[in-house]
Amino acid sequence: MTEPLLKIENLRIELALRSGQAPVIDDLSLELNAGETLSFVGESGCGKSMTALAIMGLLPEKVGSIASGRILFDGRDMAQMNDTELRAIRGNEISMIFQEPMTSLNPVYTVGEQIAEVLRRHKGMNKRDAWARAIELLDAVRIPNAKSRVSAYPHQMSGGQRQRVMIAIALACEPKILIADEPTTALDVTVQAQIFDLLRDLGRDTGTAVILITHDMGAVAEMADRMVVMYAGRKAEYGPVSPVINHPRHPYTKGLISCVPHLLAELTEERPDLTEVPGIVPALASFGTDACLFASRCDLADDKCRSQRPPEVAFGDQHSACWKADQI
Amino acid sequence: MHIVMTLLKRLIYAAILLTAVLVLNFSMMHFAPGDVADTIAASMGGADAETMAQIRVEYGLDQPFFVQLFAYIGRVLSFDLGYSYFYNTPVTELIFERLPATLLLAITAQVLAVVVGVLLGVFSARHPNGIANYFVTIFALFGYAAPVFWTGILLLIGFSLKIPLFPVAGMSDVTVQGGFFVKALDIAHHMVLPVLTLSSIFLALYSRLSRAAMLEVLGSDYIRTAKAKGLSNREVTLKHALKNALPPVVTLAGLQFSAVISGAVLVESVFSWPGLGQLALTSILARDTPTILGILFFSALVVIIGNLVTDLVMRLIDPRVRGHA
Repeated sequence: MTEPLLKIENLRIELALRSGQAPVIDDLSLELNAGETLSFVGESGCGKSMTALAIMGLLPEKVGSIASGRILFDGRDMAQMNDTELRAIRGNEISMIFQEPMTSLNPVYTVGEQIAEVLRRHKGMNKRDAWARAIELLDAVRIPNAKSRVSAYPHQMSGGQRQRVMIAIALACEPKILIADEPTTALDVTVQAQIFDLLRDLGRDTGTAVILITHDMGAVAEMADRMVVMYAGRKAEYGPVSPVINHPRHPYTKGLISCVPHLLAELTEERPDLTEVPGIVPALASFGTDACLFASRCDLADDKCRSQRPPEVAFGDQHSACWKADQI
Repeated sequence: MHIVMTLLKRLIYAAILLTAVLVLNFSMMHFAPGDVADTIAASMGGADAETMAQIRVEYGLDQPFFVQLFAYIGRVLSFDLGYSYFYNTPVTELIFERLPATLLLAITAQVLAVVVGVLLGVFSARHPNGIANYFVTIFALFGYAAPVFWTGILLLIGFSLKIPLFPVAGMSDVTVQGGFFVKALDIAHHMVLPVLTLSSIFLALYSRLSRAAMLEVLGSDYIRTAKAKGLSNREVTLKHALKNALPPVVTLAGLQFSAVISGAVLVESVFSWPGLGQLALTSILARDTPTILGILFFSALVVIIGNLVTDLVMRLIDPRVRGHA
């Protein structure tokens, strides 16, 4: 078996709270192979974005830090790298697009300049070549009339177009990994589908591995090869997409899936009731306790769940961190 | 084409504003007690009521208010600001003699305050918890709180008397002979203390504002994008953040330019700087109405030009301003 492109081993990220250090990511391990799409799923505050920022080396200064664990990229540990080494990787070999296309571009520079800048920085291109390449990239992300739009400012573009520009920036240096942090949350539904199509096509063309952070289960089913379900900074379940969605082995995954409404062929057909996951995520300060953090919201929970952290149980390629995994 | 239209529009506004300033200034001076006749009478060593009335007829002061007002505006439009009976010189000549000194002082102080203020602001925003940050804050507040004439006198005692590095007063030394370069150097030497005094107030404003603006910008999404691109700290701060933090500073600098001009009046008195400020002070004490009106007119003109320049700079910095001007 070939070495995975990215290997996260026992990662622990701590946030400095007034009450002390609290782990927002606790003992996370996962692998990403070249060219595949891995999806992170979970509700807000479960640590999806923190993991992404940790990989980029962009954890908020003086607040978040990697306490232990390794992030191996091409065999090198990014957790130990200094800022100069990280900067050479950022935007070049690993790049990222964000949730808010409306505010993620700098309002005082043209989109062309913002694309060309990365090329000059990482590929050593001169001004003219970088600008010409920026036009090609705008064309590749399907912005009509790229030649004239390249000198447009962000405020002259729509949200969907701005996200396309962000994708162009992210893919400019043909990175090995693209992290997309809820890339379509702020966009309307028709544009969402276009952006997902674009990400999938470009990912396939360039062989870029994609980490897709989302809570859109539909997008996961359509885009991803494997998925990681995260809860309260811990991995709840992970494995290939179809077994996890068709037969979840963790009550949280099951709850998430049953939250998604289904389109039915017949409007008159009786719909299954939509359920919700009751309760809320426990407070950040209690993330470190030795127990199943989902226990307070789980129907199946017993004393063992509340007093011991569950280990991962394997069902083929599918892994679940639940004491009752075999009962689900 | 677009910028030409905007500029034209702004110039028309400026002309209207200037006319309003003229009317207001003239009315205020007119209704204030004392007039040119008093000045002339005083210089003659006193006069009886009959002579006073004669002087008033001679200078058109017996005419109704509106006749005088329109006559005054008509004269200003033909670039005639009147004649100073106190200095026995045309007002225009008097002002053009003094204006360069004031502009030199005010513009240098303004530029110094903006540049150093922004640099200090950027620095302390980059290191919000460092010791240097507290130093910048204290220094800025001190400059802002201290009265200008007090700062000026303190600097004079310190750097002219105790440590004689700089001259005590004036703009140039008559004993200095030489070419343009030597004279410019002499003026620069005389300028150091007045400029430092005048800019100390504004330095505080600009450094506090640019610090706040930088802190806000540094937390924004596009800065995270810039970092995610792998750019250096220097590029992130100076290219991506600073340009976005500048507009509020430029706006304030434009608004404060009139304050810089009026601050110059005090500084000129402390350092005997031969500028408009000193002239204004003397002519107010002497009730030299034409000169006061002339100075007010030119101050308004300078402030209007300052604001026009501010708008142009804003367009240069922020493309969104260009969109809907």
